[in-house]
Amino acid sequence: MPDTQLPTYTAKDFTTDQDVRWCPGCGDYAILTAVRKTLPKLTTRKEDYVFVSGIGCAARFPYYMETYGMHSIHGRAPAFATGIKLANPELDVWLVSGDGDLLSIGGNHTMHVMRRNVDINIILLNNQIYGLTKGQYSPTSEFGKKTKSTPVGSPDYPVNPLSWAIGGGCTFVARSIDIDVKHLEEVMLRAAAHRGTSFVEVYQDCNIYNHQVWFYASQKKTKPDSTILLKHETPMIFGAERNKGLQMNGTRLEVVQLGNGVTEDDLLVHDETDRGLAFLLSQLAHPEFPEPLGVIYASTEHDTYDRVVHEQVRQAIHTHGKGDLHALLHEGDTWVVEDE
Amino acid sequence: MTPDTSTAHGRIGTKSLGAVAIRFCGDSGDGMQLTGGQFTNASALFGNDIATFPDFPAEIRAPRGSTYGVSGFQVQFASTEIYTPGDAVNALVAMNPAGFKTNISDVEPGGIVIVNEDEFAKGNFRKCGYEDGYNPLEDDELNRRYQIFKVPMSRLTRESLADMGMGAKDIDRCRNMYALGIVYWLYDRRIETTVDFLNEYFGKQKNQPQIAEINVRALKAGYYFGETAELFPVRYHVAPAKLKAGKYRKISGNEATVLGFVTAAAKAGKKLFYASYPITPASEIIHGLARLKHYGVMTFQAEDEIGAVCAAIGAAFAGDFALCGTSGPGLALKAEAIGLAVMFELPLVVIDVQRAGPATGMPTKTEQADLLQAMFGRPSESPCVIVAPRSPSDCFDMAVEAFRLAVHCMCPVLFLSDGYLANGAEPWLLPDLDAIHPIEVNHPTETNNPEGPYLPYKRDPETLARPWVIPGTSGLEHRIGGLEKQDVTGNISYDPDNHEHMVRTRAAKVLKAAQIIPPLEVRGPDSGDVLLLGWGGTYGAITTAGDELRRRGHSVSTAHLRYINPFPSNLGDVLSRFNTIIIPELNLGQLRMLIRDRFLIDVIGINEVRGKMFQVDALVKKTLEIMTNRSASVCDRRLNSMP
Repeated sequence: MPDTQLPTYTAKDFTTDQDVRWCPGCGDYAILTAVRKTLPKLTTRKEDYVFVSGIGCAARFPYYMETYGMHSIHGRAPAFATGIKLANPELDVWLVSGDGDLLSIGGNHTMHVMRRNVDINIILLNNQIYGLTKGQYSPTSEFGKKTKSTPVGSPDYPVNPLSWAIGGGCTFVARSIDIDVKHLEEVMLRAAAHRGTSFVEVYQDCNIYNHQVWFYASQKKTKPDSTILLKHETPMIFGAERNKGLQMNGTRLEVVQLGNGVTEDDLLVHDETDRGLAFLLSQLAHPEFPEPLGVIYASTEHDTYDRVVHEQVRQAIHTHGKGDLHALLHEGDTWVVEDE
Repeated sequence: MTPDTSTAHGRIGTKSLGAVAIRFCGDSGDGMQLTGGQFTNASALFGNDIATFPDFPAEIRAPRGSTYGVSGFQVQFASTEIYTPGDAVNALVAMNPAGFKTNISDVEPGGIVIVNEDEFAKGNFRKCGYEDGYNPLEDDELNRRYQIFKVPMSRLTRESLADMGMGAKDIDRCRNMYALGIVYWLYDRRIETTVDFLNEYFGKQKNQPQIAEINVRALKAGYYFGETAELFPVRYHVAPAKLKAGKYRKISGNEATVLGFVTAAAKAGKKLFYASYPITPASEIIHGLARLKHYGVMTFQAEDEIGAVCAAIGAAFAGDFALCGTSGPGLALKAEAIGLAVMFELPLVVIDVQRAGPATGMPTKTEQADLLQAMFGRPSESPCVIVAPRSPSDCFDMAVEAFRLAVHCMCPVLFLSDGYLANGAEPWLLPDLDAIHPIEVNHPTETNNPEGPYLPYKRDPETLARPWVIPGTSGLEHRIGGLEKQDVTGNISYDPDNHEHMVRTRAAKVLKAAQIIPPLEVRGPDSGDVLLLGWGGTYGAITTAGDELRRRGHSVSTAHLRYINPFPSNLGDVLSRFNTIIIPELNLGQLRMLIRDRFLIDVIGINEVRGKMFQVDALVKKTLEIMTNRSASVCDRRLNSMP
């Protein structure tokens, strides 16, 4: 039996001896740091973590975590993670991958892991570009994006990861930014605590192929007016002067200026458990609206898939007793041929 | 039919036969599979050897009366050991003209044909494409060729159930039981097993006791009709077969597959994780396993074929016995992931219940054309172990073997079943569970490198397998991935020498599995003129053909490969002892290609891709043709090779 006392870990305990091979200046470094700093704050033993990824720059993540890890094939990480979690629900399974991996080639698996509510944590490093294959547009690239594969502009409308997750039945949906390690840690702690699939979109800068694409949301000067930090049961205020807010106007959200008779009490109060509101918030897009950061949706309404499946097994054993192989082979109509 | 004796039995004589093949056919909604299955059960319990061939369309309910909606079920039952459902049909039961039209040519000359006369009417003739004004039952030539018995089954069923207070639809659905009753009488079978089944199935499981009652009544009415109508001049009796002593049950390939894999996991003390996406003809496997949760079986119906295999690989990493099942199209979708399992060096078993292809092909028809896909259908050099059960019950044994090999080699194993095995049934001598060797699994908990990080690719020098350390093991944390790894450390490596070493090591590891594979057995003389070499579901047909050829005095032996990659280590030796090697397969020569490549010998193929199993007669004929054509050239070859 292992020692029941949980060892005290530091970020260093989760650091492998492998050289990190991302480009210098890549947003992935900050996310790796945030994850390494988050894990020691959790109550899971190091040997019980499994980091799973697909293909792409982000998918190298498991190699840098001193835990169990699986660098799989393109798009399929959610399916591998599902198998791992079903086989051993005691494991704490984290899935880290990019926008192309999770939303394009792996879109189907991402959707289904969410609707099943498998108890895993998904971190989407969204840089709106294919980095490892050297700069083609991704499913989150904006319409008209000029890349090597779209020299006259992308004809695709992008997918909205948060709307996708909410629409797909994900029970925990949040967003953060690579350079805000403190906020990242906060969001990841929440994601880790959530029972069910948690999905965290991280705006991540690819400084080689798509540099500055998130700067409106990440830089000190523009961030306050182009993002809104959501807090449960707190009025939705934003802006450098903290003088703007969100209000419902009919079935739509609108930005209002505080003052001239409009007070905090008139603003919409964030309710993490409201799926309809979460969807409206997920649709807010720069520059017309501030883009939401923090926990957009968190619901404990549904049981987790792995728990339901294991409960079925427990129930079956409870009802029928532990299976007797001899009885199974001999069930149904049998007959005996005697020795002559 | 081989008549032995004639004995008097009441007013009507009884004739003893050695073996009979009956085929039931009708609309896909006529309950022909159930009817055939019941006749099979009754015969098996009576002690006959049996072999079945259910043959049905992919459409669940094709338009009534159409030829493409015909569903058939053939069973051969015998007083001796048999290996096939029979070539020629001795007795055909046709519930409608479409069934008659599509099956009559398979009936032996002089064979019995029992038809539901009421369905042989103008509208139905048109539906199945008979010309206006033509009634096959009035065709003189057909009447000369076959013994056609016309029974107004629809009317008689209705009359016998008229006082039961049931609707016309429910009553008409009992026609198949009426037909079965007639056949039970004709072949001297007991109806009790079917009565019990009807009461259990309709009465208890479906809670429709009235439906059970009318079905039982129809069955009995059919039986008494046979007895009293004096339509048939003689009844037939097939005595119990002299099978090996022991306890038996009837089993289909898919059922045996389910039991085999549950047993494999139990023999290793492991949980079985089965992931699949519904696909014909493999779906019965998930149906079978899903009800065995209390045996430590977990089933996962994935979002697609790829999701299924990936979840299984995830479960293998976490320490389960991981299994997935599919058919050829699904195997193609799984190819990349199986390649990853080759790279991960994790145990995984993938069942391919082969069907006629390519693409959707003929989903309910059999074929053996995925062998090369199993062998090579992945990117780059990605060798897997391949096993192939040879009969429905052999699916059990090979399932256990598949996991034994997967764990031994730490690599994926492909299990090539087919539609013929999956749906066909035979008696199964229940195995002694204690006689099945445990499958040894070792999950190390101590590091293999006290000086530094754990070495996930440090191999067993004997088997070349790497250790199977599972997450949750303290101190042995490691990463696996699809990128090429340095041997021993498992670190990412682009070193050319290392890559060459790893590619060759993965291949050598699979070849080394031959050490634990039993030698190939030869049936008949172990050397001679001709060896018929087969693999997979053709065992019954090839074995029967070989026995027949030897009976006729020819030097023909047979051998059947259940292990295809690697081959049994004595295969080359066996091949060298025969002048001519003939490989019958339900493809255009896939095993033949592998054998030619491996042994640099000439091999002649007998190849069919008709979605059906070989007919024994056809195999005999083709083998004799080859022998005649070859005799001259074999002489030449011998002369040339003289010193």
